[in-house]
Amino acid sequence: MLEHILRRMGFGASPADLASWAGVPIDTVIDRLLNYESASTDHDAKIGGAEYVGITTSAGNPFSANTLINDARQRWLFRMIHSQRPLEEKMAMFWHNHFATAYSKLAGAVGQERATRMMDNDPSSLEGSPAGQIQVLRQFATGSFPGMLLAMAKDPAMIYWLDSQLNTRTRPQENFGREIMELFSLGIGNYTEADVYAAARVFTGFNWQLSGDRASNLTSYYTFLYRPADHDTNAKTFTFAIYPDGGKTIPARAAAAGEQDALDLILALARHPATAQRLAARLYKFFVNETSEPDPALVNAMAQSYLANNYNIKAVLRTLFQSSQFRNPANFFQRYSWPVEFVVRAIKETGWAGFSVNSALTPLTNMGQQLYEPPDVNGWATGPEWISTSSMLSRMNFSATLASNQRFNLARDAQPHRATPDRVLQYMLARFPNMGFTSTATNAMSDYLRSTAWTGTDAQLQTRVPGLTRLIVGSGEYQFN
Amino acid sequence: MAFSRRQFVKGGVTAFTFGFAAPQAICDIAFAQGATARNLVVVYLSGGNDSLSTVIPYRDPNYTSRRPTIAIPAANVLQIGSDSSRVELGLHPRLTGLKSIFDAGRLAVIQRTGYANQSRSHFTGFDIWGTASTSNTSGTGWLGRYLDSQPMPVDPLIAWNTQRETPRPLMARLVGVPAITSPASYAFSSPNSGAEAGYERTAQTRISSHIPVDRPHLAFVNSTTQAALGTLDRVATVATYRPANVYPNNGFGQALTAVAGAMNKQIGTKVYWVQTGGFDTHATQGVNQGSYFNLMATLGDGLKAFYDDLSAQGLLSSTLVLVYSEFGRRISENGSQGTDHGAGANMMVLGGGVRGGIYGTAPNLSLDPANPTLENNAGDVKFETDFRSVYAKILDNWLGSNSVTVLGGDYRAGAPDIL
Repeated sequence: MLEHILRRMGFGASPADLASWAGVPIDTVIDRLLNYESASTDHDAKIGGAEYVGITTSAGNPFSANTLINDARQRWLFRMIHSQRPLEEKMAMFWHNHFATAYSKLAGAVGQERATRMMDNDPSSLEGSPAGQIQVLRQFATGSFPGMLLAMAKDPAMIYWLDSQLNTRTRPQENFGREIMELFSLGIGNYTEADVYAAARVFTGFNWQLSGDRASNLTSYYTFLYRPADHDTNAKTFTFAIYPDGGKTIPARAAAAGEQDALDLILALARHPATAQRLAARLYKFFVNETSEPDPALVNAMAQSYLANNYNIKAVLRTLFQSSQFRNPANFFQRYSWPVEFVVRAIKETGWAGFSVNSALTPLTNMGQQLYEPPDVNGWATGPEWISTSSMLSRMNFSATLASNQRFNLARDAQPHRATPDRVLQYMLARFPNMGFTSTATNAMSDYLRSTAWTGTDAQLQTRVPGLTRLIVGSGEYQFN
Repeated sequence: MAFSRRQFVKGGVTAFTFGFAAPQAICDIAFAQGATARNLVVVYLSGGNDSLSTVIPYRDPNYTSRRPTIAIPAANVLQIGSDSSRVELGLHPRLTGLKSIFDAGRLAVIQRTGYANQSRSHFTGFDIWGTASTSNTSGTGWLGRYLDSQPMPVDPLIAWNTQRETPRPLMARLVGVPAITSPASYAFSSPNSGAEAGYERTAQTRISSHIPVDRPHLAFVNSTTQAALGTLDRVATVATYRPANVYPNNGFGQALTAVAGAMNKQIGTKVYWVQTGGFDTHATQGVNQGSYFNLMATLGDGLKAFYDDLSAQGLLSSTLVLVYSEFGRRISENGSQGTDHGAGANMMVLGGGVRGGIYGTAPNLSLDPANPTLENNAGDVKFETDFRSVYAKILDNWLGSNSVTVLGGDYRAGAPDIL
């Protein structure tokens, strides 16, 4: 149970993690993981420390996660592995998929330094610079959903991603207006084409500007800019209620007050029952089970918590994590691990001393999930769609890379069990929690250990234990979360 | 939407897992299925292609007036003659390669394809084109159903997806399509070498050979692994292919090189899926340079290299290429020198067996709301030819299948006579 909780509310547990939580009541574990606000934020300070997973800087450059995208990717993986607030990173991942924005479009327009800042800037890295998109999603991770929607409408990365800076009174542009309803809130079928036009007009005037010391890409950054002259001041009528009294029309307003249009629409989208149901169902599938239909009772309860608590995400998560369904063993390993979940969990369970997360970046791309680079605004195709022949080869081959790197540590850990191959096998199956192997699989593993006569020598352990690690981590059974 | 895809797997995965042939029988099956049989290469233009910029009614005065900053000047288009309603048409100036294929009589342009009440959503639109259904867009794909109709057991390489994710059109009940983005990196690595690596591969193959009926999702993953391990060696031969001519050095060119390599090495694949993206041109499409110009360079140069390669190898007569996108774009440009999501659009078909030419009629771009060739208050192009009739033509006349069975209905009426 503890391992399940740590895997679902975070990215899995190292042997040391499991030891540190041992004996803590499950309710307390869940409570501490959920209410992480008081937990340490010292993860970035640990980067480079010998006892943590490594990072690799590009030739000759200092590590610069706010201005170099591959360094940002390594920092995020580092946080997933070592953060004391694993749920914060888990939710950031969930929202990254929900508000899917791709770095490459930004970089093509403003260069890698400013684009990297837009994706995941840490404001403390440069005075005046705003939090990057993923950092904003961390701040709202378990907070107000309308707050998050508004922050995304004003987020420079989102503005450029969905062309909001081009959306003006005289030249309305539908891209963001459509996606905020289709993908970020209501879901398809709950709005009309006329609503798309009206929503586009609501966000006219939302723009971005270059700020800071513009002399250098390293010292400048983009911020939100509202341009009243570009705002459509006419009334906008929708097919669904915008106001609690049922009113469907956002009134004509002076241009200077035009940002209020967005607030009105976003609140309407946030309080719409379709949004409550859609968010609840997506969170259910992310945290409970995606291989069978969501339990309507729990999804309804989550939607009710959302509506009754000012559209607060933590209220939804509390209902979810306290439910019996979340702890029901029938729901264990009933999600396909996302590539980042697979990679981070494999590192936590295998070990990381001397391993650099840089070595995971290309494999992650080949598995179909490059951080900060979702394929389109709809996010990644998840569930069974992660699995293809080439992505399975990538998962198997990453397990080989990791096992090879951890060869000596793995062999040392197995030494106490070296008397027989089956004792080694039992140890390894327990070390890598899984949905359960049948005898077909365990016989194959046992035979593998005996491919040549079992000696249990250090040399043999250093060959076969990494080999067995790749077999387990690369197995079908291990791909489930 | 993601949810409905999972529903599909829930219903389809159990049957799927028994569709694979055992690896040892694979080569025999590939041989029996005919290594030189006809194949279909589907090229999907992701994002909604602005087909009014691909095949241009350059004399229509409303084309210029509704697109003040992005209209291609009449003097620049590559003229291909007139359609049956006497509208003069030209290809985008950057499509010189496709123009030469058109001139050779091997490129068919089918104007105004689509369906009634066309979706403007990328994802719904893609699923409708993929399933060939406007009502059940979460089921199997039309190509998947064609694969399902093949004699069982099928060779795991009967189809080849050059993308990492299985697209809706390839989703099948019985057949899993391998995703092979790069033949060269489609290999098995090991922490050990020599005989030890061989022991691992043997063990991994045994572990994945277990297809538990009571755990369909595990069965799905294991059978995918099996297909990967069972096809590695044949795919490795494709990685050795070196085309005699030069392909563009981009993802589309590399994917088409792999397809030509698979044909050259007689892998026996019948259906290939290739895509190229960036067609969601909401902003700054450009005219004589810019984003749309670059899209046409990628598309046209890639297809021309592929065509020339197959032509030199004598493989053109067994190959059919179908090009489509999930929707066309709005006729009037938006304020960002781009175009928003629209409706009807062109399909293109090329290959050695194609009867080239212009099919269907161009839209009249007049703003009259009663204009019968447009919809959405004359905002978008209204379809004239049901896209499924083109599928039907290909299924019946090229692949020798039964389109009524595969498409779940008779869409033969009105099909352009491209084959």
